[in-house]
Amino acid sequence: MSRSANALAALCGIVALAILPRVAPAYYVGLMIPFYGYAVALLGFNLLFGYAGLLSFGHAMFLGVGAYGAAIMSSRLGVRSFELTLVAVMAASALIALPIGALCVRYIGIFFGMLTLAFGMLFHSFLFKFYYLTGGDSGMRVARMTILGLDFARYNKIEFLAGPFYYYCLGLLVVAGLAMWRIVHSPFGLHLRALRDNPRKAEYLGVHVHHFRLAAFVISSALGAAGGAILGFRVGLADPELVYWTQSGQLVFMAVLGGFSNFFGPIIGALTFTLLQDQLQSLTEYWRFVLGAILALIVIGFPEGIAGLAGELARRRTRSAT
Amino acid sequence: MSALLETRKVGKSFGVLRALQDVSMAVHEDELVSVVGPNGAGKTTLVNLLTGLLEPSSGEVLFMGETIAGVGPVGLADRGLARAFQLIQIFPKLTVKETIAAAVISRRGERWRLFSRLTANDAVDARVLEVAEIFGLTTRLEHIGGTLSQGEKKLLDVASAFALDPRVILLDEPTSGVSTGEKHGIMKTLIAAAKRTGVKGIVLVEHDMDLVAAYSSRIIALSEGRVLADLPTDRFFADPHLIETVIGKRRGN
Repeated sequence: MSRSANALAALCGIVALAILPRVAPAYYVGLMIPFYGYAVALLGFNLLFGYAGLLSFGHAMFLGVGAYGAAIMSSRLGVRSFELTLVAVMAASALIALPIGALCVRYIGIFFGMLTLAFGMLFHSFLFKFYYLTGGDSGMRVARMTILGLDFARYNKIEFLAGPFYYYCLGLLVVAGLAMWRIVHSPFGLHLRALRDNPRKAEYLGVHVHHFRLAAFVISSALGAAGGAILGFRVGLADPELVYWTQSGQLVFMAVLGGFSNFFGPIIGALTFTLLQDQLQSLTEYWRFVLGAILALIVIGFPEGIAGLAGELARRRTRSAT
Repeated sequence: MSALLETRKVGKSFGVLRALQDVSMAVHEDELVSVVGPNGAGKTTLVNLLTGLLEPSSGEVLFMGETIAGVGPVGLADRGLARAFQLIQIFPKLTVKETIAAAVISRRGERWRLFSRLTANDAVDARVLEVAEIFGLTTRLEHIGGTLSQGEKKLLDVASAFALDPRVILLDEPTSGVSTGEKHGIMKTLIAAAKRTGVKGIVLVEHDMDLVAAYSSRIIALSEGRVLADLPTDRFFADPHLIETVIGKRRGN
């Protein structure tokens, strides 16, 4: 797709999301907050997966850093500003990702996946067992914070989430999307794709493969934490389930569902997954079975995900039109 | 005149296997030096030493007078020594333009620009077009690497190496996997490209003695890990005994 077509698609998406609170029931508007959280996290996740070719099975760890970071900032340190919290958890996540990434990026494929899975599980155990620090299985409370310095005291939590916070998250997604768009279309992004395709050749072109992978890992961890902070803020709780390895699997699912070789794929995946999971859960208790079947179908039938399928349909239409 | 690239009494052992012993060789300005020898003679080991991939067990490897033992591929690219592989190495999902741009940007030291736009750099674009033109890839710029023909892939592989503006380029069987008809075309393109891009010296590792005879200025023959001969091309081919040793039984006549 050309740049203008991408810009147009993005604009349509933003407008649709912006008018949603006016036309959709409050329930669905509230459901969109986790979508924003996952979408921001997945933008980072896909820098690692789609662009650097590294599939992490421990990425929920960084969502956890975001959620627990938000809990510590808001409940323990009494920070009231959500922006300050975002900056803090992103920085903390990057710091944590640095040593973990330095070790993991030496490996690729299944070894990278298993190492990140191991670190994710270690982090989960830490949250689960260190009751005194983390509240163990009952988690930590995330207190309500101000956005852009406004506390919206007139709104109760539900109104706040469906109103100001909804638009705030939309804004965050747009900012994160623009930043990632620039990154994947920068010289850095080009070299990431080069080393994904052929690390040996990339090295002979002067690309420090490990350094580049590590940078992608750190950037993706920071976005993961931002997403986690949104998720924690919505529930008002940071709990260890957010870090469990099935959550990491869910991130992979969303990326594959939406299509990881397309820039917008992960965002589409997050949206589809959030809506699908909600609908299926209300329909049947075997919703995991249905999700599993859908994943299998996607991998076998449409390996490029929903975004790839949509692109293919668009191409066919233009072809038959000419 | 000092050598661009040289080895001094280099030896390399893998366990008990002595792959190379006492190899001294040099590549000077405006030379195309071919390294020949039967399979197992140590050609690949020598190439890996010359490109800093392996550290010698003894002796020295110098590029522009500095040791490059074990500097690794990235250090090599920064110093101005490029390598094209025997097996085609491209980025299958990148376009021709992106592949060459990756090398050009790397050469300009702009790899770490996180937020600058790829499409907004005219100097990079101009250089990409220039390199593509030299290698006859101008009409293929927007094509995905993986969809090119074998010959074009080979050209793209080498083009990206040349885009680093190397002083010396090491070509490991540049025409392997390419049809006989395309071989001379590719070699001529390579040599013309070297002249146009300011490459000072070429090391060619090659089995095909026709190509070696046609393009080398000097030939180094390896046998069982030692230098058997280091002669100008005409004198090398004047010695039937030598040719027989190097070619072995692969050519019956």
